[in-house]
Amino acid sequence: MRFVDEFRDPQAADALVKAIRRTVTRPWTLMEVCGGQTHAIVRFGIDQLLPQSLTLVHGPGCPVCVTPIEQIDRAITLARRSDVILCSYGDMLRVPGSGTDLLAERAAGADVRIVYSPMDALTIAQKTPDRQVVFFAVGFETTAPPNAMAVFQAQAMGVPNFSVLVSHVLVPPAIGAVLDDPDCLVNGFLAAGHVCTIMGCAEYEPIARERGVPIVVTGFEPVDILAGILRCVEMLERGENGVANQYARMVRADGNPGARRLCAQVFQTVDRKWRGLGSIPLSGWDLRPEYSDYDAAIRFGLQEMTADEPVECRSGLVLQGRMKPSDCPMFGSVCTPERPLGATMVSSEGACAAYFRYRRRTGVSE
Amino acid sequence: MSERSGGWSVCPIPISRYPRVVMAHGGGGRIMARLISDMFRAAFDNAELNQGHDGAVLDVSAHAASGGRIAMTTDSYVVRPLRFPGSTIGAMAVNGTANDLAMCCAEPRWLTTGFILEEGLAMETLWEMVCSMADAAALAGVHIVTGDTKVVEHGRGDGMYINTAGVGLVRPGADCRAQRVEPGDAVILSGDVGRHGMAVMTVREGLEFEAEITSDCAPVWPTVRAMLEAGIDIHCLRDATRGGLASAVVEIAEASGTSIHLTESAIEVQPQVAAACELLGFDPIYVANEGRFVAFVPSRQADAALEAMADTLPGARPSVIGRVEASDPGMVALRSVIGGERIVDMLSGEQLPRIC
Repeated sequence: MRFVDEFRDPQAADALVKAIRRTVTRPWTLMEVCGGQTHAIVRFGIDQLLPQSLTLVHGPGCPVCVTPIEQIDRAITLARRSDVILCSYGDMLRVPGSGTDLLAERAAGADVRIVYSPMDALTIAQKTPDRQVVFFAVGFETTAPPNAMAVFQAQAMGVPNFSVLVSHVLVPPAIGAVLDDPDCLVNGFLAAGHVCTIMGCAEYEPIARERGVPIVVTGFEPVDILAGILRCVEMLERGENGVANQYARMVRADGNPGARRLCAQVFQTVDRKWRGLGSIPLSGWDLRPEYSDYDAAIRFGLQEMTADEPVECRSGLVLQGRMKPSDCPMFGSVCTPERPLGATMVSSEGACAAYFRYRRRTGVSE
Repeated sequence: MSERSGGWSVCPIPISRYPRVVMAHGGGGRIMARLISDMFRAAFDNAELNQGHDGAVLDVSAHAASGGRIAMTTDSYVVRPLRFPGSTIGAMAVNGTANDLAMCCAEPRWLTTGFILEEGLAMETLWEMVCSMADAAALAGVHIVTGDTKVVEHGRGDGMYINTAGVGLVRPGADCRAQRVEPGDAVILSGDVGRHGMAVMTVREGLEFEAEITSDCAPVWPTVRAMLEAGIDIHCLRDATRGGLASAVVEIAEASGTSIHLTESAIEVQPQVAAACELLGFDPIYVANEGRFVAFVPSRQADAALEAMADTLPGARPSVIGRVEASDPGMVALRSVIGGERIVDMLSGEQLPRIC
């Protein structure tokens, strides 16, 4: 498959691994921000190929994992209404709310549908004018443009029975929050390539300069990730900070201006609660007042709903890179994909789920 | 099926009378009797079925003289949509059950079929599915010898469900079970993986790719028979249906108390299947197949097994994908294309499309 096979090429990967080994002279800790990268690292065993002095920690970039529990509860409340069709991406369905999850609600009779795009949900709304259709609009900057487009189109076409339950989160404030932690061990970041495809690289420059860290925009295939790691350790060894773009085949410096414009038109930046991390100032997007007619939380009066996360779940430490999933006392015993305590054990991009699936037994070294 | 080989292409139930299945087709009266005689018996036509009893009487006397073990299995088919690129629920219901018998080193011989029809199902659709069952049965060399028909109210089924049970004759001398898998065995995969599940998925979800993905649904007994006739001491067979290759191999590792080490680069995935999986965030080794199996054979016989398997299944290229070891009982590990290793485990549920 073009654009995949060449980035999974064993020779290219091996050459990068050797270059990394030659470059690293001191212990470094890198954080890959995006859950998709975490998944690839564990799936392809990339971390096993690295020198021991180089540690990868897994960041907060799993959209399913960081969606706050009360937002799941809101979605469940909506799904239980007989007049609502709740549309969602597939992997949100297994995430536990305070009591149950959307898959269980569907089994109990709720009309919960997996879609591949918010535009599919909009189409369902047009075809079923007698029902309320709500799209569960979660995710980072990557998934925001299609959600913005769906709301924009709903208003333009006048689809009154469509709305979105928004819980967008933003990467730069999350990196800032990780660095703010006094116990932070991270020396450099692999930034999420697909987020930068939309947003570009510029917003990372101030973080890199002010905090004195290298931030390397990195892709998702093994060769991409190894190249990102190499670039990052080269910068660290030379004492450089700043932003480097190792995913230039996808990411332009200014991102996707059309998508950014649309997001700016539909969304405004707000304080956002992150599951496992708590509230981070100006770290999310919500609908602007001029689109509030399409805000499901307002339409169905759910704004005041709150919920607390299970105290025994340590996913906050995992999401900040302060704990490896396998070091959590609940991992694999109390907390499993069948009975997850937190969302990091649910999503295929969640660090705990990736460890459970690929690293649980002793035979494979970590 | 428009390209039917059997010669009858017109639905035998007059359209003018019953264009759709009605409750009475499962009611036990004349309307049901007519459906059975004009449609099922006409299509499945064989001596055992034509006895017309409540059940079928099967003659196994010749087999009894040569060891006499029979294998039995059952499976239910609820796939939606009823037809998808490369196959139908009808062909699946025949091949799936026949293949389960083949996995016991048993020659599939007789099937039963239970239909659960939804009121309102187009009679033409039922006929199409019955014809594809008859075609698949002829190709697999099995007789559909008895059956049952029930009709449920409109809205209580996806058109039709089929249950089939099968009886097969175990090859004399064959001893094929997970407990025989031992360190040193070679793991052979009978062809590429991921096609069936993605074929169904693309139709169900309305996804389109440049190259069509077709189901691998096919009978595997000819391949197993060829291995047995070549003198391969098959330790175990497992078809890679629901849960895919990964789940099949994990089941064997756990049941045999061995560890199984796979090599990702040896597992063939068609480019369009790989592309569809990438798009949806699926791992092809967890995607369902309907004509692929893994065989565990002594490694010294691996080449002979591959030679025997070659050309028995059109388009499939069998290959050695791994080996069995003693350490870490119950574990399956996979060496990735770039050389890292990871654990392969069963999924906790179904694969769900990822958010981004």
